[in-house]
Amino acid sequence: MFTRFLSLEWKAFFRSASLGKSLGLRILMIFLALYFSAVFLFFGIGLYPLLQEFFPSDDPLQLVNRFVLVWLVLELGLRFMLQTLPVMDIKPLMLLPIPKRKVVNFVLIKSLYSFYNFLPLFIIIPFGIFNIYKNEYTVSSILGWMVAMIALSLCVNYSNFIIKKRFTENLKALIPVILTIVILGALEYFQVIEISFYFGKLLDFVLATPYLAAIPVILLVILYKWNQHNLEGKFYLDAGLKGKKGITNTRDFDWTKKFGSIAPFLQLDLKLIWRNKRPKTTIYMSLLLLGYGLFFYPNDIYQGMPWFYVFVGIFITGIFMINFGQFVPSWDASYYPMIMSQNIPLKQYLASKAGLISFSVVVLAILSTPYIYFGWNILLINMVCALYNIGVNVPVLLYAGSFNKKRIDLDKSPFMNYQGTGATQWLVSLPLMALPVLLYWLTDKFLGMETALGLLSALGIAGLLLRPVLLNSIAKRYQERKYAMINGFKETGE
Amino acid sequence: MITATNITKVYNGTTVLNIEHLDIPAGQNFGLVGNNGAGKTTFFSLLLDLIQPTTGNIFNNEITVSQNEEWKSFTASFIDESFLIGYLTPEEYFYFVGELRNRNKADVDALLAEFEDFFHGEILGRKKYLRDLSKGNQKKVGIVATLIGDPRVVILDEPFANLDPTTQIRLKKIIRERAAANETTFLISSHDLIHVTEVCERIVVLDKGEVVKDIQTSEATLRELEDYFSGEPMQHQPENI
Repeated sequence: MFTRFLSLEWKAFFRSASLGKSLGLRILMIFLALYFSAVFLFFGIGLYPLLQEFFPSDDPLQLVNRFVLVWLVLELGLRFMLQTLPVMDIKPLMLLPIPKRKVVNFVLIKSLYSFYNFLPLFIIIPFGIFNIYKNEYTVSSILGWMVAMIALSLCVNYSNFIIKKRFTENLKALIPVILTIVILGALEYFQVIEISFYFGKLLDFVLATPYLAAIPVILLVILYKWNQHNLEGKFYLDAGLKGKKGITNTRDFDWTKKFGSIAPFLQLDLKLIWRNKRPKTTIYMSLLLLGYGLFFYPNDIYQGMPWFYVFVGIFITGIFMINFGQFVPSWDASYYPMIMSQNIPLKQYLASKAGLISFSVVVLAILSTPYIYFGWNILLINMVCALYNIGVNVPVLLYAGSFNKKRIDLDKSPFMNYQGTGATQWLVSLPLMALPVLLYWLTDKFLGMETALGLLSALGIAGLLLRPVLLNSIAKRYQERKYAMINGFKETGE
Repeated sequence: MITATNITKVYNGTTVLNIEHLDIPAGQNFGLVGNNGAGKTTFFSLLLDLIQPTTGNIFNNEITVSQNEEWKSFTASFIDESFLIGYLTPEEYFYFVGELRNRNKADVDALLAEFEDFFHGEILGRKKYLRDLSKGNQKKVGIVATLIGDPRVVILDEPFANLDPTTQIRLKKIIRERAAANETTFLISSHDLIHVTEVCERIVVLDKGEVVKDIQTSEATLRELEDYFSGEPMQHQPENI
């Protein structure tokens, strides 16, 4: 049964309309995966000698244990952002004589084959072998430790599964999780209770009595069962609708009338975002990632390389642009034939999208002003980046959109709808950020910061002035791609 | 009003539509019948420029549909659910279509008032999104939306399928009345021979993409069609579109 499901997925991938794009991205992802595997492997091999050199008085393994909890929390965060969970279109399977549990198990077991589960192995195994080699502990205690660590890492996998499910269905459910992490983090930081220290102590017990490794394994089984239970409960077509019917939001967004001819489309887009789970998530993501700068601005390392601030600036002010813009016009996929046969000039349709995205950039730029706390130059860079985003990146994204022919299902909620919440989504956006960074870096190096910022602003303003012309040619491009798009959008599932 | 010349559509070497010449005068209620895979939806999709013809052209009021978009302003269509926007309420959808066709809310409301009967109290004012309506009710919304803004050409693919008997009868009445009152050209495809003969003045039978019959509807038409479809040995074509 497992292989049969796999062959179904294989066919879905190779017979999909967006094969070229998916294939290209996959190849890029494989290279990245190899790169990260190598990095982790070197780290895993080098960890023991490094620790010994820098902390000769401590036992490396116990030192590592103390940081395991922090690592696990970081891993959870990373997985939440990057890991794509396996998705299956269950509708065609519901009527066939396949037990629910098999489908659920398939989805859950498939998630084990994720690259993110292999990465920790590159550290755990070499480090463990080093410990055995150094004869500090018995082989059985190290094996116990390794089993415990791998089980913990897989626990993170399944916790992420549960959290992601909750998050896409009910955003409020995430608040307690974040709150707990923040509180524990604060307690740790102010050294009230050093949880990671105690957690490390617990792992030390595993070393003393290896069979205690069974505890994380049991935890893993419990999490697996919990997921199984969760998913089996979702095995209904109306699972996504339950309890929602009848509560419609009839906000009219009448204020959009001011925008004249693009008003109806603007209204439509706002309703699209407001009333559908997935586009709505992009809004929350944008607000959440606004805090991204806090990772970099306080850090002195980046003071010497202002080009990095350009990257952060483009990212912060353009995060909605990236998340929403790269799926234009797939958002409208389920009714694209209607858009194409109604009296809708493509240029207005695109102008409305461009307007909406530009508006989001302005809002995010305004919200990012408190970063002036870290220096006026950061504010300046962010504003210039916003301008560049509006002028250059918006048309670029719209143009790139003409290559989209993969449907996004808004209304249907297949077995967990995570389309486009994975690493690929970020990868696509790399050129958007790399180009301005490169331009800035080069001009800054040879001509100075003022010229560099001036150049980016000039490009932004030029793009803004040329927007009507650009939109015209992009509209022409959409016209040419129309038939391929309509055909691609017909494909459901995946 | 609508002219198709030498139109063919070939998918991977299989010809799914091949019409040498078809002329539909303005104001005519035109019916298209045929078995699955006969090319009905393909013809409508070509007419709406949703797919490209392999050869030939379709003219809608002398405009080449694949080259100029002017026809969109006087043509309305409902092919399937992909013509509905799931996250809008029916009212919002009607107003949206109204705006695209330069009709304000009052105009749309006036039109909707005529269809109170047709909606049977299940559509307006229910505060439900279109995606939450039943297939039949979705279809009603799609069909009525095509009548907003007095289009001169209305294209309906299988309008009677999925509708309950009461609604089918009402729909037939609406189409007949509309066609009589203002020179609207209705293009309707259907598997239901009775409905289509009742509504259409002219019926064209497609088989494997070719026009095999072109009948001006009369008393004898239903009989003729039934004879044709029961006598035809090769009926069960797989749907290949």
